[in-house]
This record gives sequence, C-alpha cells and structure tokens, in this order.
Amino acid sequence: MTEVWFVAVAVLGALIVLTLVRLLIGPTAPDRVVALDTVNTLTVASMIVLSVAYKQTVFVDVAIVYALLSFVGTLYIAKYLGGEMSA
Amino acid sequence: MIADTIIMVCLGIGLLFNALGVLGILRFPDVYTRLHAETKTTTFGTIFISLAVIVYGAARVMEGETGTYLTLSVHTFVALLALAFTNATGAHAIARAAHRSGQVPKPAVVDRLQEVRE
Amino acid sequence: MIAFLVTALFAYLVYLVLTAGSGTIGLWSQAELIAGGGISLVVAAISRKFFCRTGEYRMANPLRWVLLVAYAAVPFFIEMARANIDVAYRVITGKIRPGIVKLSTGLETDFGVLLLANSITLTPGTLTVGVDEETNDLYVHMINIGMGTETKESFEPDDVFALFQFPEWIRRIAE
Repeated sequence: MTEVWFVAVAVLGALIVLTLVRLLIGPTAPDRVVALDTVNTLTVASMIVLSVAYKQTVFVDVAIVYALLSFVGTLYIAKYLGGEMSA
Repeated sequence: MIADTIIMVCLGIGLLFNALGVLGILRFPDVYTRLHAETKTTTFGTIFISLAVIVYGAARVMEGETGTYLTLSVHTFVALLALAFTNATGAHAIARAAHRSGQVPKPAVVDRLQEVRE
Repeated sequence: MIAFLVTALFAYLVYLVLTAGSGTIGLWSQAELIAGGGISLVVAAISRKFFCRTGEYRMANPLRWVLLVAYAAVPFFIEMARANIDVAYRVITGKIRPGIVKLSTGLETDFGVLLLANSITLTPGTLTVGVDEETNDLYVHMINIGMGTETKESFEPDDVFALFQFPEWIRRIAE
C-alpha cells in the first residue's frame, strides 16, 4: 500500500515541473501568478500525501500553514499587480 | 479491502483532474481562461487526494488504531477546508488584479466590466 | 464584549478540532483543554476587531452553519463535479467563447456575497472578476457564453445556474 502514495507524489512532482513551464514562459505577470498559485496547491497536495507515506502527521500541519501563507502571498502579489499598494 | 479500493479510486480521480488543470494552464489562450482551468480542477483534484488520505486514516481508526490516525484525518479535513476557501478567493484576487492592470480578456465576445470602467 | 466571547468560543472550537485524539476526557487530554482555553482568550483579545468587523452576529447561530454544511455537501459538490467535467471537456477540445458579463445577485451582506462569489468561481464555466460594492452586483467571466445572449445588459441567476438556485440557498444561510 505504501508504494501507491509514493507514486502519487511522483506524479504530483511531475505536474509541478510542467506548471513551471508556464511560470517561465509567462507571457504576462498575471499568467505567472496563476502558475505560482497552481504550484502552491499542488505542493499542499503532495505534503498531505507525503504525511501518509512517511507516517508523519506533522506534515499535514505544515500543509495547513503553507496553504494559508501562500494565500496571503497570492493576495499581496495581486494587490501589487492591481496597483492598489501605496509604497 | 473496500477502503483500499476507495483510496485508489480517489487518488486516481485526484491526480487525473490535477493533470487536466495543468494541461489547461498550458493550453488556454489568456489569463482568465487559465484561471478557470486552475481553480476548478486543481481544487477538485486536491479535494479528492485529501479524501483518499481521510479514508485511509478513517480505515485505520476502524481497525482499532486510534491516536495519530484520527489526528491525520481531522487535520487533513482542516487543510481541505482551508484550501477550498483560499483557492477560490485567491483566483478572484488574481482575476481582479489582471483586469485592473489592463489585461483585456482575449478572445472575448463581451466585456461589461471594461465598459463600466470607461 | 459579545465580539470577544464569540471570537473566543470560535477559537476554542478550532483548537479542539485540531487537538482531537490527544487524551481520555472525551477525545482530549486535560492539559490541552486548559491550554486551549487560555490561548483562545488571548487570540480573542487580539483579533476580535477583525473577526467581528461589521458588528453583526447572525453567523453566530449554529443553525446557519448546519445549513452551510448541507449546502457545501450536496448542491455545491454536485455543481463542482459538473464544473470539472465541463472544464475537462474544454481543455481537451479547446471549444471556448469567453466574455465578462454582469450578474445581479440581490444579496446584502458581505459574507453572502463572499459565499456566492466563491461558489461561482468553483461552478461550471464561471469565474468572479469584480464586485460592484454599492449594488453588490458581480462581474463574472464566463468561459462559454451562449450564442446571442452576450447582448443582454445584466444576467439573472437563472441564466447562470442550471440545476440549483445558489442565491436562494445563500440568502437562507447568510441573511
């Protein structure tokens, strides 16, 4: 049963690499933010799967905090792109 | 044994939809359509991956192992809720920022927001 | 004072959920129960102004939360599954006809608009782009606008949601 989780993590890793292509080619800043947001979501998913694979519950806590913090990051970048940040 | 099948099916659906989301990001022509692909499919896919983990934890609890597996299921559920809410709101923020920074949806048949702004 | 109590109770509930399975009193150990109480009081003292910003307490009613869970579990989940099959179809075939339309909602509270905007984003073919903050109308990016409907000044919810009336559900939950 353990191998299944590692296979899932491998697939998620491959998907993250594919998303990085969009992050690199752009062409505009919002496109890159979309790609970054996808990478964040996939990272959270792989953290959850890894916590089962390695039997470490604490990984899920890291995933929760990562999801919330990456959300704050996305909001800040979005505010900056929309020209709503003073200074 | 039934739990194992459910886990495999959930993981399969989750990975499939995540892959479709990434494919959509690579294929679609502009920011807004890419956001469509990104938000819906990766959220749905990750919900199913989380469901697989929750079922795994619940099955272990049913077998009589308490403690860490209960924590695993509950925390995964919290992560799932956090992800579902923040992803939709984040997509909204990106779409709004893209529109404010002057990106017009292209191709598009109608753009009411642009008309209001002008 | 009410804001402080509501925030403290909510923080304590979240703490209990996160520490479930730690001991023998119910599911919790004595140390966690006491520490959670102390921490949630501190959190409430700091964050009550953000958490209860509008001074309305209708979401403190547990019945509304039960409705919210029911809403998320049945109509919302079905629409979400449909949305994903729809997007999968468009990713593979590339058939799109996008555009931004105006959708009049008739909702009044901030939380209601937030719920509807998030629901729209996760359901078939639609993505919220902007909010008119005075009338609470939403600007929605649709991936596939029906032929001829793009000339309409403003869309009604009936035109967007096929199976379930989301605004009705959300009015019951949040207003």
